[in-house]
Amino acid sequence: MIIVGIDCGAKNTKTVVLRDNKIIGKGMILTGFDQTSAIRESLHAALKDAGIDVKDVDKISGTGAGMEEIRDADVRVNEVKAMAKAANFFVPSARTVTDVGAEMGRAVKIDENGKVIDFAINEKCAAGAGAFIEAMARALEAKLEEMGPMVLKSDKSIPMNAQCAIFAESEVVGLIHAKTAKADISKAIHDAMASRIVSMIRRIGVNKDIVMIGGVGLNPGFVDSLKRELEIDKVYIPPDPAFGAAVGAALVLAEET
Amino acid sequence: MAQYPTEPLKCWPKAKELRNKFYENYKQAHEKGGIRCMGSAWALDAVTMGLGRDVYWITGEPYGASCAFDSPLSADFLTAAEKFGFSRDLCSYMRNYWGSIIVGKYAFGGPLPKADFAYTQHICCSHGKWYQNACELEGGDVPLYVIDVGVGACPPFEPEMYKHRVKYVADQMLDSIEWMEKITGRTYNDELFFEACWNDIRLTHTWAKICMLNRAVPAPLDEKSIYSLYVFATLQKSSAAFAELYEELLEEVEDRVKRGIAAVGNEQARVMTDTQPPWGFLKIYRYLETWGVVSIGSLYTFGLEGMWLYDEDRNDLGPRPMPPEKPTSREEACRMLADWHLSKPEYQHFYSPEYKTEMMDAIAKNWRCDAIIMHYNRGCEGLSVGIAENRLGLLERGNKVMTYEGNMGDETEFDLPSTETRFDIFLESLGLKKREA
Repeated sequence: MIIVGIDCGAKNTKTVVLRDNKIIGKGMILTGFDQTSAIRESLHAALKDAGIDVKDVDKISGTGAGMEEIRDADVRVNEVKAMAKAANFFVPSARTVTDVGAEMGRAVKIDENGKVIDFAINEKCAAGAGAFIEAMARALEAKLEEMGPMVLKSDKSIPMNAQCAIFAESEVVGLIHAKTAKADISKAIHDAMASRIVSMIRRIGVNKDIVMIGGVGLNPGFVDSLKRELEIDKVYIPPDPAFGAAVGAALVLAEET
Repeated sequence: MAQYPTEPLKCWPKAKELRNKFYENYKQAHEKGGIRCMGSAWALDAVTMGLGRDVYWITGEPYGASCAFDSPLSADFLTAAEKFGFSRDLCSYMRNYWGSIIVGKYAFGGPLPKADFAYTQHICCSHGKWYQNACELEGGDVPLYVIDVGVGACPPFEPEMYKHRVKYVADQMLDSIEWMEKITGRTYNDELFFEACWNDIRLTHTWAKICMLNRAVPAPLDEKSIYSLYVFATLQKSSAAFAELYEELLEEVEDRVKRGIAAVGNEQARVMTDTQPPWGFLKIYRYLETWGVVSIGSLYTFGLEGMWLYDEDRNDLGPRPMPPEKPTSREEACRMLADWHLSKPEYQHFYSPEYKTEMMDAIAKNWRCDAIIMHYNRGCEGLSVGIAENRLGLLERGNKVMTYEGNMGDETEFDLPSTETRFDIFLESLGLKKREA
């Protein structure tokens, strides 16, 4: 059976194609203003990657902030349920999942079957989401992809007190004026963001193993900050973490079929 | 398809009429030769009734909630308060109230009538300043009397020195009577006070009995309706008309339970909440109903004005029995009222969040709740104090808990779509299915 999972996120729309629960194709497109186009293009990219035609698809599962726009979806799965299922699929021993997306940070406590037991989501604030790092990269006049690796070059610990992305930017500007090295500022930014996420994780309880999905999982600096904040050695990152929710959505549908 | 029969409450028209009349009376007080009094919904309004049956009240919290329910009006009031210099993180009821004074507009039509005096109490840091500022904003010549009730928790939580605590509060009430005579020039009538005191006790006792009936499955009342009913106890506890309304309501709810009449026809699951809701978004309760969920109430709706006794051994709450007889002396009435009100469940958490956790857990267990939905209410420091501790305590006691952030009286701090998304995630995790529209 071929099932497609589409995660229409705030920044990117990700699609995976699963044949008998094995990933055979992936596609990712910037969501932009036209969610319908992004969904269509992302689906086409994933089908092309899988080398199949849309006629071969048995069912479609949707998730993400824009899931209502996935018109052909047979089922829509909330993001928390999708990420829980994905974490359980990639790391069966997972009991805590964190998903750091562009606009949303989440922490979920799951059981051995990937069922949601408790969850926490950041409120109306981007300080615990990927957009925070993007905003800070602009303030630092650095490329987004440089931000994470820079963290690993710093051995300083500079606290950032601001809870809000706007005020944090002021702090970054202050640090720039104080001639603080970019690597040290980047570490301070990532540590601040990790502390917001860890606060959510602690709210639901830190239970090993911990899995991180979402695009920020590709940022080595953030993962390093997260491990230090959690005081643990390992955070499991599945392959292509940005596709985690899409995979989870497809798995939920596969299970129900 | 509804599983249980439903029907509207028969007392709705009377309840609406009484509420409208209450706010009209405040407006027309002087035309009737009466006196206007402003103060908190927690205030011991019965004490003022010894001045005559023509003392007309306005209470700040339900007034602030009514403002918040009217989004454009509330925006005007909140903006005016902020422009005046009051910080946005202050109590949102208070900001609506002050804004109403600053704009000079009464939420129930016409200009805001000026109070003749203020009679209130300190229960939290906001109430410590609320009427001081209100009196100044109303021209600076409105006399103010404030009773300090910050004396500690009642038994069984903190039994030590309880009688001295009661005396401390009762003595202030006695003192306030002399003060009221002085500022109004009226002679105090003890008989009227005893009557008002007894109305207060029977009303708050009856409310607890009504809430007890919501243990039934299906629940005869949903919390959205409870908000419209508990409000009478927040408007004026000493009102004979309101006490009679509650007695009629008790009979009606008993009848609903007997006949299996549900508030939510498709009741599949029961939740309880905590603290004031975001008043401009009560539709969230209707949203819960699409999942077959009824909110049966909360420590807030049950215990803000209802009087209960907490039984530690049984982990249960029951209506506090009324005193055997009406008071017959001024001192006895003050003592009786002080003792009665210091046992109010919503006072107790000011002294330790653990007390509130215990009582909430008792409600969750005995009202057969499947889960607890807690509003991290940024608009009320008083009732939100310790709420994260409550959540942890309730989780430790085996309850399923979700939280959402918002503000009871400032809609800019509430996000409806994301709150509904949270509900979806949480309710689905409870194994519920959303009803198709």
